[in-house]
Amino acid sequence: MIGKITDIETMGLVDGPGMRLVVFLAGCKLRCIYCHNPETWVAGDNVREMTAEDILKLYQKYSSYYGQKGGVTFSGGEPFVQGEFLLETVKLLKENGVHVAIDTAGVADNYEEVLRLVDLVILDIKAVDVGEYQKITGYSINSFNKFLSDCKRLNKKLWLRQVIVPNINDDKNHILALKEFAKTIPNVERIELLPYHSMAKEKYEKLNLNYPLADTPDMEKERCKELENLLKD
Amino acid sequence: MEETKINAWEGFKDGEWQNEINVSSFIDRNFTEYTGDDSFLSEISEKTNKVWSKCEELLDEEVKKGGCLDVETNILSGINAFAPGYIDKDNEVIVGLQTDAPLKRIVNMYGGVKVALKALESHGYKLNDEVYKHFITYRKTHNDGVFDAYTPIIRRARSNGLLTGLPDGYGRGRIIGDYRRIALYGIDRLIEEKQKDLSGDFLDEFDIDESVRLREEINEQIRALGEIKKMAAGYGFDISRPAENAKEAIQWAYFGYLAGAKENNGAATSMGRDATFFDIYIERDLKNGTLTEEEAQELVDQFVIKLRLIRHLRTPDYDELFAGDPTWVTESIAGMINESRSLVTKSSFRFLHTLINLKPSAEPNLTVLWSKGLPENFKKFAAKISILTDSIQYEGDDTMRPLYGHDYAIACCVSSMKQGKQMQFFGARCNLAKSLLYAINGGVDEKSGKLVLDGVEHNDEEVLSYGRVRAEYSRILEKIAKVYVDANNIIHYMHDKYAYEASQMALHDTNVERLMAFGVAGFSSAVDSLSAIRYAKVKPIRNEQGIAVDFEVEGEFPKYGNDDNRVDDIAKELIQEFYDYLASHKLYRNAKATLSILTITSNVMYGQKTGATPDGRKSGEAFAPGANPMHGRDCSGALASLNSVAKIPFANCCQDGISNTFSIVPSALGNNEEEQVNNLVTILDGYFVQGAQHINVNVFDRALLIDAMNNPWKYPNLTIRVSGYAVNFNKLDRAHQEEVIARTFHEKR
Repeated sequence: MIGKITDIETMGLVDGPGMRLVVFLAGCKLRCIYCHNPETWVAGDNVREMTAEDILKLYQKYSSYYGQKGGVTFSGGEPFVQGEFLLETVKLLKENGVHVAIDTAGVADNYEEVLRLVDLVILDIKAVDVGEYQKITGYSINSFNKFLSDCKRLNKKLWLRQVIVPNINDDKNHILALKEFAKTIPNVERIELLPYHSMAKEKYEKLNLNYPLADTPDMEKERCKELENLLKD
Repeated sequence: MEETKINAWEGFKDGEWQNEINVSSFIDRNFTEYTGDDSFLSEISEKTNKVWSKCEELLDEEVKKGGCLDVETNILSGINAFAPGYIDKDNEVIVGLQTDAPLKRIVNMYGGVKVALKALESHGYKLNDEVYKHFITYRKTHNDGVFDAYTPIIRRARSNGLLTGLPDGYGRGRIIGDYRRIALYGIDRLIEEKQKDLSGDFLDEFDIDESVRLREEINEQIRALGEIKKMAAGYGFDISRPAENAKEAIQWAYFGYLAGAKENNGAATSMGRDATFFDIYIERDLKNGTLTEEEAQELVDQFVIKLRLIRHLRTPDYDELFAGDPTWVTESIAGMINESRSLVTKSSFRFLHTLINLKPSAEPNLTVLWSKGLPENFKKFAAKISILTDSIQYEGDDTMRPLYGHDYAIACCVSSMKQGKQMQFFGARCNLAKSLLYAINGGVDEKSGKLVLDGVEHNDEEVLSYGRVRAEYSRILEKIAKVYVDANNIIHYMHDKYAYEASQMALHDTNVERLMAFGVAGFSSAVDSLSAIRYAKVKPIRNEQGIAVDFEVEGEFPKYGNDDNRVDDIAKELIQEFYDYLASHKLYRNAKATLSILTITSNVMYGQKTGATPDGRKSGEAFAPGANPMHGRDCSGALASLNSVAKIPFANCCQDGISNTFSIVPSALGNNEEEQVNNLVTILDGYFVQGAQHINVNVFDRALLIDAMNNPWKYPNLTIRVSGYAVNFNKLDRAHQEEVIARTFHEKR
């Protein structure tokens, strides 16, 4: 089985514990207004084709770096879009004792088997509020809710992430709501707020796409840190 | 005298070191490994603060004056030529300056008159007429000697930039005296030992040159030791006897180093491996209750201040080659004594802590000898200081220790040698990329159009064939190796004759092992060019003289820096071949050939002097630094790039060092400080476990990014994190780079 890969980061140090091989899989059906990787929405000309074995080999090549603490993280796009390939690869990695994380928005079908196998889910919380979720992603929150309840049922270890965008969710109330929401989920290891940036503008232009947040300034990192402090007890 | 020694050595464990000059044995028997964390460290003391504040003012003034504060123009270099000098006498706990005032530079004429005068002139100074007249009337220099002996082909290779940076007009440097010997034994014992070496009636009639020279040198060394003693006496210290406490140990060793920096102006005048040695004295004083932790840190801080003030007078040409007025006062820290026990002591921490107490600094060049086996707490501390200051370089102890034992030190950037037992004949660099062009252009220089090497076949192929170019390249490299060896044999013969480093050599064993350190520049361009010729279609574009001035490349080819063996094997084969040619020659004083892939900042200059190369590099474009892949060509991630470099063989090939520069931004290194520290430790462990030798770690700040924007080749792996994903800084266009820089600036409040 062939996977369509938009990018590979061999020295991933922020997407899961330790140093990791981060595999960016092509394809996503969400159209989040602040998406910084519009080129990953559909598999275009610049994708690399790789098999599960290729990915294992790549991991093994650098295993002296990844060591005991690190592993492989699947990101995207939305990695579950290539569900079959993902399953095959995760299976192979787990057979070889590799720590596997998946970086997802939780909008997917047929994820149960993968979910059972992975060691960590990095879950992108687009919004807690139903209407806001729809506004940001263009999708209903139902699919996400189902995914989250399955994570709870399987007691998956979670890292929660949220992109913070000026004038959309950069206020105290939003953060406190996120905090309350997180309390309802067992096994949350950490919550990270990611400051929005506009560096993808040019990518949109190249793809002849309209940039939805043309007038929104970048999120100040310091302010984002302050908001992150609200999450602490 | 026996009495004094017993006092000085009280509390130390017996060993071979008492019967012979053997600092390594003393360390092995007496050091206390420290595996704890950094919580014991002290802040800057009041005295140090006063001294350093004064220095900061002077350093500012130096910058304002265009990089040179003052020059002594009435006296020439010498161990005891200058009156004692102070910064703030009452608050200095370690004393001694090169001249009678801080940052006042020395004129050294022994390397060459022209270079010295040019340096003086460029800073607006003029040497005392009498001194000048007498010197040029009565004294011949190293530079004069070299040019009396240079062959025509060496001159051609030199003027066309095939061989560059040769130390034929100033001090060769890279010699590390074992300054610790003065502290442990006192000068008188060292003189006694040297006299013993002279007492035999040895004179080998079959090697008259060597044995006469050696007898003369030992006497030079003995006189130099006497001069060091007098110089120290000028500061009120009697260093004829061993040091009796930590303060004296550091002071005695520093006087030894200082003598070398007064007598010589070598490019790199490195300090050695002292922290753990000093720690033995500090531990003893702490136990005796005669020293507090604050005072221990004060000694280390003030010693480091002195090392930060070392200066040499340089010409504008030199500054262009090695930007930033470097002195390479390299201090080697940590490392292992064997597989399971490290040489980390509390003083290893104290030395790195100077970067906090005295703020970051390029000098002394603090070098951590990294091993998987170092205590975790020390690894984390070093990583933390790296992230905060970008001021530490790392070298693979597990790679070097099997060849050099556990008491070696680093000279300059990456040159390892057994302290006091080996010395180095620094041999600068040969331009490998230009050599390849000579193989295509029949030995004619692509820039000057002049014939440099005779008897080389001119390549007239429309599309270059790998077999033919590679075979011709081999023939060329063999010829160049001979020219390069000849140049260095002449240089070091003359350097010993006219500018002998008596004070530094006095602190070596009499029967010292000699290394002749050759080097290469343009490595990755040469390698990628060969790969292009082999795997793609390379058409030379020739001028009317028939010289290939540019190349048309059709098709893809594997590039060094992507962990791809098709090209990495070319790299390994090339460097090994060149080393083998060099090593096949007889070297001056039976030196052993070593080789480095290190350019420091000279890669820009070497690139400027080199025409377009078949890898697609344009004429005049900078080379990648050291053993780094060309910027922008290592597109398979940072680890692939590190792995390619780690494959270059060290033992019996690049034993003088393989330099790699690595840059990463804090937010790509981890989500918080603790993770950043752990991740940097992971990177270093993973890199060195593969047999790698050196890495410069940059954890960027804004200034670094601006530099990266203007000189992208310096930051091949600069990764920045932009919420949610990481991006290679070089992949951003200028507008975006400027935007990132502006934003970072804006956010710094």
